[in-house]
Amino acid sequence: MRIRLSFIFLFILVSSIALIFYKSLFEEKNYIPKNINNKIENISIKEFNTENIFFLKNLFEDEKFMAINIWASWCLPCREEHQYIKNLSRIDNLKLVGLNYKDKTKNAQKFLEDLGNPFDIILSDTDGTKSIFLGAYGVPETLILDSELKIIKKHIGPINSKIIDEIKNLTN
Amino acid sequence: MLNLIGNYSLVFALITSLILAVVSFINFKSNKSLDFNIFGAVVLQFTLICVSFFTLIFAFIYSDFNNAAVYYNSHTSKPLFYKISGTWGNHEGSLLLWVLVLSLFTLIFLFKSKKLFNSFRILTIFFQQIITSGFLFFILLLSNPFQLILPTPNEGLGLNPILQDPALAIHPPILYLGYVGSSIIFSSSLAALTCKYVNKDWAAEIKKWSLISWIFLTIGIMLGSIWAYYELGWGGFWFWDPVENVSLMPWFCLTALLHCSSVLEKRATLQSWTIILALCTFILSMSGTFLVRSGILNSVHTFANDPERGVFVLIFLTFLVLISLFLYFKFNNFESKPKSFFLSRETAIIMNNWFMMYFLAVVLVGTVYPIFLEVFTAAKISVGPPYFNQLIIPFLIPFLVLMALGTKLDWIKTKKFKLNLNRIAILILSILISFFIVRNLNTKVLFLSVLISASLYLLLISIIDLKNQKFKWSQRISHLAFSILVISIILNSIFSEEFSVNMKVGQEKIISNSTINFEKISKQEVDNYTSIKAEIEIKQNENKLIFYPELRLYKTPETITSEADIKTNLFNDNLLVVNYLKGSDYLNIRYQKKPFMFLIWFSAVMLGLGGILGLRDKLK
Repeated sequence: MRIRLSFIFLFILVSSIALIFYKSLFEEKNYIPKNINNKIENISIKEFNTENIFFLKNLFEDEKFMAINIWASWCLPCREEHQYIKNLSRIDNLKLVGLNYKDKTKNAQKFLEDLGNPFDIILSDTDGTKSIFLGAYGVPETLILDSELKIIKKHIGPINSKIIDEIKNLTN
Repeated sequence: MLNLIGNYSLVFALITSLILAVVSFINFKSNKSLDFNIFGAVVLQFTLICVSFFTLIFAFIYSDFNNAAVYYNSHTSKPLFYKISGTWGNHEGSLLLWVLVLSLFTLIFLFKSKKLFNSFRILTIFFQQIITSGFLFFILLLSNPFQLILPTPNEGLGLNPILQDPALAIHPPILYLGYVGSSIIFSSSLAALTCKYVNKDWAAEIKKWSLISWIFLTIGIMLGSIWAYYELGWGGFWFWDPVENVSLMPWFCLTALLHCSSVLEKRATLQSWTIILALCTFILSMSGTFLVRSGILNSVHTFANDPERGVFVLIFLTFLVLISLFLYFKFNNFESKPKSFFLSRETAIIMNNWFMMYFLAVVLVGTVYPIFLEVFTAAKISVGPPYFNQLIIPFLIPFLVLMALGTKLDWIKTKKFKLNLNRIAILILSILISFFIVRNLNTKVLFLSVLISASLYLLLISIIDLKNQKFKWSQRISHLAFSILVISIILNSIFSEEFSVNMKVGQEKIISNSTINFEKISKQEVDNYTSIKAEIEIKQNENKLIFYPELRLYKTPETITSEADIKTNLFNDNLLVVNYLKGSDYLNIRYQKKPFMFLIWFSAVMLGLGGILGLRDKLK
């Protein structure tokens, strides 16, 4: 009887673990929050690897829109999305800003060495406080801002070609 | 044409597998002997899968872009070596390799087990065929490597330079040999359970197969870590990446099984526990495959994100787990154990098993917990190195001491456990040395000195034991290797140095105790990129090293890559890499000194060698 009970217990345990794995297979890995159209503050952020400090608004040159991609070398999905970030850099009218989040400089550099540097400029957020102003949830995350620093699109998680098409349409 | 041959030989292999399963089950029920038909069918199956595998290799070598797997993963300008390794560098091909090894091992088992109990052999074949047919179904239905593309494209897509690395080319097949070797352990434990054959003969047989798997797993894990160190170059060799963890878990289980099966072999006890470990090893290997292949885990190694595949592997895995649970509870009634005394080799081995299970549990929780949390609360967390380091490193101390003492004990009962003066002298010596090492550090001195003392103690004891005739060479070598591995990892993490500085040509800078001299820079056009080579001299005390790091500017696509210059010697790896700073004539120079890297690789190879020696003893 004792054996039978423990068998039933293990049977249920194994099945429920299998069920959890099953559910997580279909779990959406990205999700898009609704609270866009918020304006963010014109904060100043230090440039990566230099001591220069920039205000977000001053980053615009001829472009009408800005994409801020929050990434870190320790974030594996960032590695995955990097090839798509390169496609993002080909969109005209879009200033591509990388925000290096809670990272060690040398690791971030190594990341760029290996995978290339598609960004127009890279800013650095070593303690994660600047990302709070941007309303970031985590890494990777991509924000599209207009020239008034209004968030017109926000994507949490790695971007893909579908998202890039959406961004292309938005910035046209 | 080739694709058709490959595809249909797989279909026939599946049919053979199903027939074999039925025939072997009937033979088992009617107590028939293992007849020639079974033998022939296993050989036939292996041949069919071989044919299929080699047609795929040919498709890769001759760049047959008619084949989807070749189109997505190969390119005409790839070197031949990487064309061949591309065969298993992708999801479909790697599964085909898995099945090939599976059928090869079944064949070897059949040839090498002639002395063993007949029904046990037949039943092992039966369980092997269930696994084989499961994988063949999976390949044919969901990951067929022989899918066609029409019209035939002119050029392939795959030319990812980061994956073109010799260590990475042979890393997956070696790891697979380890994983698949554990399938024989799994099938034969289920067979032994059902035939009530869990005895010394079986333990000797299972020990051979666990040694084989263990050797390949050890070497496979090491190759993966070499790849991470030299190619990914994040300045480390182990990152607690989920996919690394997944290969480490069966290793812990297998190491426990290796030690535990010798207790069963010598003392005919611990039957239940040996069976559980044997079953878990394969189940962990399978779960590893599931987690990696299904894309549940986000990792550098993720292959494909296809829930359908995940569902198949998950159902198959659950099926295997439930079958083994059922058989375990149905047939698990072993005789009560002969008594062991506290101070005995058995106790030491059981303690080893406890520690292995603890390490396994830590890694398992760290890897799987984020998945569970996400399902229940939709929160995303990632478990990083601090978790693993904090939970594993402190427990290394008792583990190392125990490992040093445990080998000194006798089977059944240690009659006189004398306090040996030598051993105390060694202990004091290792404490003194460790104090000498840590003296100049200013963090966690007490903890580090205890940790280093423990590992030094094990190292010294293992060196002395090299002369001890009481133990087998395999044990002496692998214990020594393990102690070298632990101590070099610890010292490596304490004494790694690095700095980063921006410099122009001709400048000289002094940082702490190093003088950096940026001597020269030269530019050269090579094939499809421009190469910028720097010459940088670093002087530390009396040592002078000259590095030639390189920057490569590619035109299409426009990328800059840096090639590090690594100087390796017995005690240190010196690595220097330069980086281009946009819009300035300064270069960023990054220098790293990694002590004892060579010893880490060396001891891992030695660990494998210990396993090979053990296998040689077993096969005599």
